[in-house]
Amino acid sequence: MKKCYLGVDIGSISTKAVLLDSKYQVIDSCYIETEGNPIEAVKKAISLIKVPKEYEVRGIGTTGSARKLIGLLLDANVVKNEITAHAIGTLTYHPKVKTILEIGGQDSKVILIRNGMISDYAMNTLCAAGTGAFLSSQAKRLGIDVKEFGRIALKSKNPTTIAARCTVFAESDLVHKAQVGYPKEDIIAGLCKSVVLNYLNNVCKGKKIEGPIIFQGGVSKNVGVVKFFEEELKEPILIDPNGHLMGAIGVAILSSKTEVDKIYDLNIKETSFKTIGSECKDCSNRCELLKIYKEKELLDIWGSKCGKYQK
Amino acid sequence: MGSYGVPVYFLLTHILKNEIVKPKEISTRTLELGSKYSPDFVCTPFKYTLGTMIESLEDGADILIQLGGGCRYGYYHELQEQILKDLGYHFQMINLVSGGNKSSIIKILREYPIQLRKEKLLRTLLTTKKMVLYMDKIDDYIRKNRCYEEYKGDFNRLRKRMLVEFSKCKGYFHLRKIYKKYFKKMKNLPRRQISKKIKVGIIGELYTLMEPCANENIEQLLSDRGIEIKRYTNVTYLLFQKRKLVRKYLKNFFIKYRMGADALDNIHHTKELCENGYDGIIHIKSSFCTPEIGAMPVIESVASKYQVPVLFLSMDMNTSETGFLTRIEAFCDMLEMRK
Repeated sequence: MKKCYLGVDIGSISTKAVLLDSKYQVIDSCYIETEGNPIEAVKKAISLIKVPKEYEVRGIGTTGSARKLIGLLLDANVVKNEITAHAIGTLTYHPKVKTILEIGGQDSKVILIRNGMISDYAMNTLCAAGTGAFLSSQAKRLGIDVKEFGRIALKSKNPTTIAARCTVFAESDLVHKAQVGYPKEDIIAGLCKSVVLNYLNNVCKGKKIEGPIIFQGGVSKNVGVVKFFEEELKEPILIDPNGHLMGAIGVAILSSKTEVDKIYDLNIKETSFKTIGSECKDCSNRCELLKIYKEKELLDIWGSKCGKYQK
Repeated sequence: MGSYGVPVYFLLTHILKNEIVKPKEISTRTLELGSKYSPDFVCTPFKYTLGTMIESLEDGADILIQLGGGCRYGYYHELQEQILKDLGYHFQMINLVSGGNKSSIIKILREYPIQLRKEKLLRTLLTTKKMVLYMDKIDDYIRKNRCYEEYKGDFNRLRKRMLVEFSKCKGYFHLRKIYKKYFKKMKNLPRRQISKKIKVGIIGELYTLMEPCANENIEQLLSDRGIEIKRYTNVTYLLFQKRKLVRKYLKNFFIKYRMGADALDNIHHTKELCENGYDGIIHIKSSFCTPEIGAMPVIESVASKYQVPVLFLSMDMNTSETGFLTRIEAFCDMLEMRK
């Protein structure tokens, strides 16, 4: 039997699952919407992944904002944050890259790589303006599919300026521009440009961006944003066709490195997982507790500050 | 703030005849109470201290004491006094800021029933000072060694027991005996081996640095990952060493002026950490801390000169714990990979 590894990246907007063989080539992958329910999304994603007959799953890694929960449910051998996972994944396929730009659903980050290692990183701190969630909510407001966004933006010759320091103010500026009568493509192009400017001014502040540059995350599928990045940075931007899967790929690679002697069964569709939230009233910290059940067995309790419930 | 309640309580119970209300440990409720009655854009220490004051007033305190710092913290007592009076509490507020010099402290002491004669008072003061010095020494030692403990929680247990004995100590020599006993015990704790030794310096705004509730217990988090910690800021430094050292720091290439509070110190410490081979620096401040905001770009440029990564964290009551943990985890991963 050949070995293969599963990487799952559960983001705020989308859930990605990837199956890699031991040479780190993608066997199968899937990309679905999380829709606010990570457990169901993962069940669906895993049922879509087909493990060929001659392979057996020898490692599972999880990353993304729901990594801890899903890691527990899948009994993953690696649970890693998105930054490390993205860097590892990218470096495996593009060892010469020096800067990774990543814009995801909820957060955006820049990872600087020198001598094949992460040397510095930064993540958005204050607001989610200029992330995928912002773009997709604005697309919905304008009545356009997000996937069309980039294509429409490219049509514009004169992008409007949009104040994108903060999502709420950006939206009111957007409404204002639409009411004044700017054409739709100019507004959309302005939106894409403001995402780029906001990212460069906030996340990349004080960071030295050197080429080759690779751009990843869901927003990298938006050709409009890519174009404005190239204009601003005056460098060609590399886009990997698997760019949106890079986190999942990275964590699958990590799981292959800490292989355990265990064969995973991916049949979790029938298993029911339940989480119950409650408040601990034992002290004035009033921690929010989260109990996680698999069938009826209590897997773990999270959220206490004092560590009383830790296993 | 931190465990400094112990020496302060010791001092006050020994010199004042009044009953001293021990404030509750800072918790989520403290911050909620504080934020409810604070201006929104004030920094978090204001909210924490206001919350503690309300909690103490609820417990029956009628005299409050507020200290001060080198930034707008120096004006906090007046604002807090006004807020609390508007809330309908009756109390008296002593502030040691504007009354920071010797004569006014004596004047304050005259107004209150003091238990001791002059020489005994001096002795109590010295014992308290020594207690703070010992506590900080032990804490420095713990920060450096906790990551190597074989059984999790050993150091914390000993420290807790030591503080209980400190609070009951009978005098200077007794205090020294307790300190030596626990220092020896800690030295003999079983250690484990870590192949990659990582050292991180943490700097930043003093309150958020020193109060574990305000920084999500970052020191414990780092220790659990097997990382050695160096922290300059503690009460020993702030009260007894800072004044002298700042003059030395001003000769630093990067600094020409004082920037208020600990901004200058932090810039100098960044340089020192970089030169002493620390692998990374974490800078923590409460949101809206003006002196630190001024220091951040300088810290960044100093660290980039030495190619040491810096992680900037800004703590507030609205800080999401998940985001905080992701950033810390990624930072630690990066340091491990760089090694």
